Amino acid sequence: VTHAHAHTTSTGLDNRKLAFWTFIGSECLLFGSLISTYLIYKGRSVRGPTPQEILNIPLTSVSTFDLLMSSLAMVLALAAVARGDRVRARVWLGATALLGAIFLGFQAYEFTAFVHEGLTITTNLFGSTFFTLTGFHGGHVFVGVVWLLTLLVRSFQGKLGPDKALNVEIAGLYWHFVDVVWIVIFTVVYLIQ
Amino acid sequence: MSDQPTVPEHRHPGTGTYLAVAAVLTIITLVEVGVFYVPAFKPVLVPVLLVLSSAKFALVVMFYMHLKSDHKLFTLVFSLPLMLALGVGLALLFLYGAFVRG
Repeated sequence: VTHAHAHTTSTGLDNRKLAFWTFIGSECLLFGSLISTYLIYKGRSVRGPTPQEILNIPLTSVSTFDLLMSSLAMVLALAAVARGDRVRARVWLGATALLGAIFLGFQAYEFTAFVHEGLTITTNLFGSTFFTLTGFHGGHVFVGVVWLLTLLVRSFQGKLGPDKALNVEIAGLYWHFVDVVWIVIFTVVYLIQ
Repeated sequence: MSDQPTVPEHRHPGTGTYLAVAAVLTIITLVEVGVFYVPAFKPVLVPVLLVLSSAKFALVVMFYMHLKSDHKLFTLVFSLPLMLALGVGLALLFLYGAFVRG
């Protein structure tokens, strides 16, 4: 898959893509601070529920796999858009959005179950840092799903040809970043208890 | 002002590479969950999980986000804040005694 850059710039790179990578860099700092805060307060709750008592590893493993496969669907969507294959582009964009929505469903189920088991954002330090971190991540997934759906609509309008591949690539960068953040959260929050 | 690109076009990996990366990501995730449940891994669980997680992170960034084949400036604007975030995180953990036992 190749992309031609639409215009010349002082760096020789597309400004939008460079700006977006800079934004992703700033997002590293945001999630870095949220993850650090979670780790600092880990094990310092004076009352339960604790992570060992409440985290559901089998369920979260499935949602992690779901998000990883959404990244695969995203790169396949980009490849399809770049080669002008509109049907496959729609299929893979739709699949990415659907897998993202399923991930959000898993998260909604998990949050609801936790609240029923007595863990809310105000219960203890674990609840506060856990809901803040995973809630921010879920918010990012939600934005990504909406972004993907807008691309899907543009495709159905016939306005997502190979000349617009960079738009899909930038949306893909966002989506994959959300995925790598979850890779870290899954390990640090769920597996290292 | 020319409409010609001033940096050569980059070539993204093919579908085969994307599928292979997805297969490796799936296998690593299965191994992660596996070692979590195996008591024998308890003493080395944290380093093993961190290595596996880093491998997944690197695979997605290099192949799905195309940093392996893209211009090095993108790698720079991503890596510097990432390193800064890691440094700040580690400093905070030391500052708040997260590595102190008991």
